[in-house]
Amino acid sequence: MDISQSFAAAIGLILGGDPAFLAIVGLSLTVTLSAVAIAAFIGLPLGALLALARFPGRGAVIVLVNALMGLPPVVAGLLVFLLLSRSGPLGPLGLLFTPTAMVLAQTLLVLPIVIAITRQLTEDLHGEYREHLASIGLTGRSAIPTLLWDGRFALATAILAGFGRASAEVGAVLIVGGNIAGYTRTMTTAIALETSKGDLPLALGLGIVLILLTLAINAVTYGASRVGARFAG
Amino acid sequence: MRDTLSVLPLTVTDLVFEAGGRRLVDGIGFTLPQGGLTVLIGPNGSGKSLTLRLCHGLLTPHSGSISWAAADGIVSGVKRHAMVFQKPVMLRRSARANILHALAAFGLSRGERTARAAEALERFGLAGLADRPARLMSGGEQQRLAIARAWALRPQVLFLDEPTSQLDPGATRQIEEMLMALRGEGMTLVMATHDMGQARRLADRVLFLHRGHLGEDAEAATFFAGPASTEARAFIAGDLVW
Amino acid sequence: MLTKRHLLGATTALLALGAAALAQDTRPAATTAAPAPAGTRFITVASTTSTVDSGLFNHLLPLFKAKTGIDVRVISQGTGQALDTGRRGDADVVFVHARAAEEKFVADGHGGPRRPVMYNDFVLIGPKSDPAGIKGSRDIAAALTAIQTKAAPFVSRGDRSGTHQAELALWQAARIDLAATRGTWYREIGQGMGAALNTAGGMNAYVLSDRATWLSFRNRGDLDILVEGDRRLFNQYGIMLVNPQRHPHVKQADGQAFIDWIVSPEGQKAIADYKINGQQLFFANASDTGA
Repeated sequence: MDISQSFAAAIGLILGGDPAFLAIVGLSLTVTLSAVAIAAFIGLPLGALLALARFPGRGAVIVLVNALMGLPPVVAGLLVFLLLSRSGPLGPLGLLFTPTAMVLAQTLLVLPIVIAITRQLTEDLHGEYREHLASIGLTGRSAIPTLLWDGRFALATAILAGFGRASAEVGAVLIVGGNIAGYTRTMTTAIALETSKGDLPLALGLGIVLILLTLAINAVTYGASRVGARFAG
Repeated sequence: MRDTLSVLPLTVTDLVFEAGGRRLVDGIGFTLPQGGLTVLIGPNGSGKSLTLRLCHGLLTPHSGSISWAAADGIVSGVKRHAMVFQKPVMLRRSARANILHALAAFGLSRGERTARAAEALERFGLAGLADRPARLMSGGEQQRLAIARAWALRPQVLFLDEPTSQLDPGATRQIEEMLMALRGEGMTLVMATHDMGQARRLADRVLFLHRGHLGEDAEAATFFAGPASTEARAFIAGDLVW
Repeated sequence: MLTKRHLLGATTALLALGAAALAQDTRPAATTAAPAPAGTRFITVASTTSTVDSGLFNHLLPLFKAKTGIDVRVISQGTGQALDTGRRGDADVVFVHARAAEEKFVADGHGGPRRPVMYNDFVLIGPKSDPAGIKGSRDIAAALTAIQTKAAPFVSRGDRSGTHQAELALWQAARIDLAATRGTWYREIGQGMGAALNTAGGMNAYVLSDRATWLSFRNRGDLDILVEGDRRLFNQYGIMLVNPQRHPHVKQADGQAFIDWIVSPEGQKAIADYKINGQQLFFANASDTGA
């Protein structure tokens, strides 16, 4: 197989403006960004809370969250699958093989990353701020907003790590989404499909587009956080 | 000052603090009346910083009592004592935002916060640096901002833990002038230092700490003229005291 | 300055996006009972990798949609897995190829009745170098015996798919006890047809494939058809509705409409019309009630 064929395929996909392809890209971004947003919404405060709270078993919780960063996507997918299947506890919602199910599965994958990195960053920052914050009356949970806000540019890394994991994985979205053409087909499941159809240049072409997208999102976030960090010191 | 109620005097009785099985503050007691600049002096590890933190409420004593004229140094729901640290804690924000943040933590209205922050920046010569990221300012500027931030909270008592130990002589002189001005306005200052020259220049009263004990409590003039204890004498003479 | 407002705005936008996705997806579920407006009507069909990978559905579904306005969401799985999906009630219609398994599915009350739809045939694919020397044979049992005797590499789907079940039946027909004789030459990969062909190409191995997938497969490398035409390589597809008594959410009317269309003269013609490079992939035979 010729690599140049793949680049040609990638360029053709990008310039061609094929609505089916654009829908796949759109769905990939919608699912992954939704999962990352939900995971951030839950994970940032939870990670900060874990950084500040002292309770028996805290060490075990930290180890567990760190370990869950390595949760295999297929396992996350399987859990959500069993939950959402018509024969499962949430079956009546009819969410299996829908984008919502994919968002749910990816949220499960991203959440431990956001919590673990937020916990670490917040704990370090709190070490630096603790006395001043206590001096002006911000002890315990009341310190969380300050820490999250001041750590925002470092925390962007946590969000990006989560985005990277979600946008790259295929196992979870394939199981709970079903790779339905025009409905739950994402970049990664399309790549898996084209590979199984033996159309390797197209599969790699899709892969190139995915990498370019990820690159663009990382570059924008990195640039924004650099500029922001310069303002914030 | 507009205050009708004072948190002073502060009465500290038989203060004890332990960490790692060692008694680091051992039976310290003194009374702090309104006004003046009190210097806590003594070698490293004598318990100066810990005593300040205990008084400010950052640490909890194992025994003994810290009793303000108003409970916990709070009047009408507002804490009336503030603290400035050896290494200024600068939030990752502009100079102005650092002050606004502390004022917000005190629950002040937006209008009041803006007014007070502007006043504090002006008062401490930071108006031109207001939008500069605090962490990119020089050490002297940062410590000035830390004092301005504390001042904006309108404390009756300001605790300072070796505020100039990391500054060059020029910045140190600026800080000292500010502290003298605050004292002149009636604020009560309590500062830890191990710089004898600084203690001589600023102190109205000296508390000499040694190994967690209060070695001497005297008027500055009296203390520097002739300390009562051999440890204090040796310390003034520049000898190492253990 | 990058303000709190900007970040809040971005976060809000993201959350709104997520919420929109959620809202959008719960709508069809909520309207399953009521007649839905055109465009939101859909059924879920659990089918096999061969029908999807060969492109047959891409050909059929737009025709069906144009006629009825019903969207068909196809999950591509091995036959065994697709039947499981139907058993759990996660699909409305099952469209697979393993007659014995299908009949058991119906007998167990999970769905039915089973309707024959079409057939194609299996072909034995292998490297052009043909280490077992079976090229041109029309006897699949003899070919498999030669492969086993020479211990030539053979890739098995190993995924309970229709093709996998057909392969196992063929070994049996050749009187080869895989459990007793299999060695490292017999490689189960537990994946779909396309993956099995990719693997066989990479390892210069033999592999049993349905003809449709082979014809549409693009990464043939050194592989070619070595054995075809044996009656035992016949591959029948059947379709059935998942039992709505057992799973009340099953869209009986729309699912049945799809089945009725597939076996109608119109659907049968559409199947027969699907060609790759002029070659017909599937042979419609709904009228053959014995199939």
